[in-house]
Amino acid sequence: MGAYQVLQGPEGYLPPAAAMQGVTLAGPGKAMIEGRHVEKQEAIECIAEKLLGATVPTFFPGPLVLWRTTDYAQERGKLIREISAEVGAKVIPMPDYRPKYPMINPEVEINPNHPNLTIWFNKIDVGVFIGVHCHQANLALKIIRGGTSCFTVALCAEEGHEEANVSLRETDNDTLRKLLATVKDLKKRRA
Amino acid sequence: MSLAITKINPAFVDVMPQEYLDLASDGPFAADKSVKDLGTFKELIEEHPLCAGCNLALAFRTLISALPCPEDTVIVGSTGCNSLAFPQLAIHNVHALFGNQNAVASGLKRGLKLRFPDQNKDVVVMAGDGATADIGFDMTMHSWIRGENITTVMFDNEIYANTGGQESGMTPFGTVRNMAPTGKNFQKMNVPEFAKQAGCVYVAKVSTANTAKIGQCFRNAVLAAREIGPTYIQIYTPCPTNLKMKPAESVALAKKRAKEDYAFEEYMSEEVENLLVSSGAIKPKVKKEEGKK
Repeated sequence: MGAYQVLQGPEGYLPPAAAMQGVTLAGPGKAMIEGRHVEKQEAIECIAEKLLGATVPTFFPGPLVLWRTTDYAQERGKLIREISAEVGAKVIPMPDYRPKYPMINPEVEINPNHPNLTIWFNKIDVGVFIGVHCHQANLALKIIRGGTSCFTVALCAEEGHEEANVSLRETDNDTLRKLLATVKDLKKRRA
Repeated sequence: MSLAITKINPAFVDVMPQEYLDLASDGPFAADKSVKDLGTFKELIEEHPLCAGCNLALAFRTLISALPCPEDTVIVGSTGCNSLAFPQLAIHNVHALFGNQNAVASGLKRGLKLRFPDQNKDVVVMAGDGATADIGFDMTMHSWIRGENITTVMFDNEIYANTGGQESGMTPFGTVRNMAPTGKNFQKMNVPEFAKQAGCVYVAKVSTANTAKIGQCFRNAVLAAREIGPTYIQIYTPCPTNLKMKPAESVALAKKRAKEDYAFEEYMSEEVENLLVSSGAIKPKVKKEEGKK
């Protein structure tokens, strides 16, 4: 155990849960890349690189950021939109976890229980989850890793996600500002 | 705090699907909506996979539109036809295991009281006759005996509808069903009477023949459960699929039964009556002699 890597999919139908393969969550101040524990800044740089290198980068904001009107949440929303604008990403919301059957419009929303449909339809190659409750995020991330080739990023406000290709923990607004600054810096260097 | 979860973060208004924009602008949150307002606001349940003519769906839609505070309500459901509609509901809901819905609701209500001591958080159980009176009867009864501040609603279609038509405790005596071919050989359970004896402070028996009455009773029940104790509503919701009726005929059956053996009944304790009168939910009863004068 311990050698398992949380790589970009498709891992196949019913992929093993990363936690069952020995992948553990990173501790405070750390982050995860493909199941490895790394420094937070390294993961932030990895996310910035992936976003800038993607063809269809997409942010999936969840209920924890979509349905909040506190000053902190509004600032968080603005930061997410700034980062997405900087990397030219789409923003497709996950407003709640209703299964949305029999159909959804994959251009404007993501079915939490079939996130792969939205990813396939839009040909999304890097997806960033933020503000999605942890239980639903793990489910969606696992489905995406199982059935799509999308590279997944979890900007978790709690302890992170083993199922994501890159996962930050305790992602507060300062972390988002760091990510924004890293993206801008990387863009400048590439130009 | 509660209303904050019904407002959209301004940073995302431009990307939110229309349904959610409508919910935030024209939904029933913080607005005193009732059954008579149906059609004038964005409803919390609009699409569901239940059969055409399903009276459970009619009752469900009516109940949801009558919730006094939808943004502060958690609904606990259980296995049965109604559980197919729950995932489409745009407010908090929990799917309990078959039968333990009143136990889940009891814990939830107690937890919410501790977590939000200064706010009213309503917990409502909505389940079928199988979950309420057969499989979950012990948990239903004990939640009433313990005096939990929850409302229990039974959708009484008198049958296990989504498993093909087995008889339930609520099936009337002698009734033949798809999977009860020799007819039921014991009486329909008198759950409203059990509820009274077990300590429910408000009990009503209604049918889909009168949706306005369903809304009114449900509102009374939720308010009484919030302030005083357990409440119970039993709604007759005939199933056109199992009873082999045309969808359009099911309400007619409900009306027929309402005139025969499913007439409206309502019981409330004196404490509930005082509460509902003081809050303006009902008018004070006038004694016959005083009325004559």
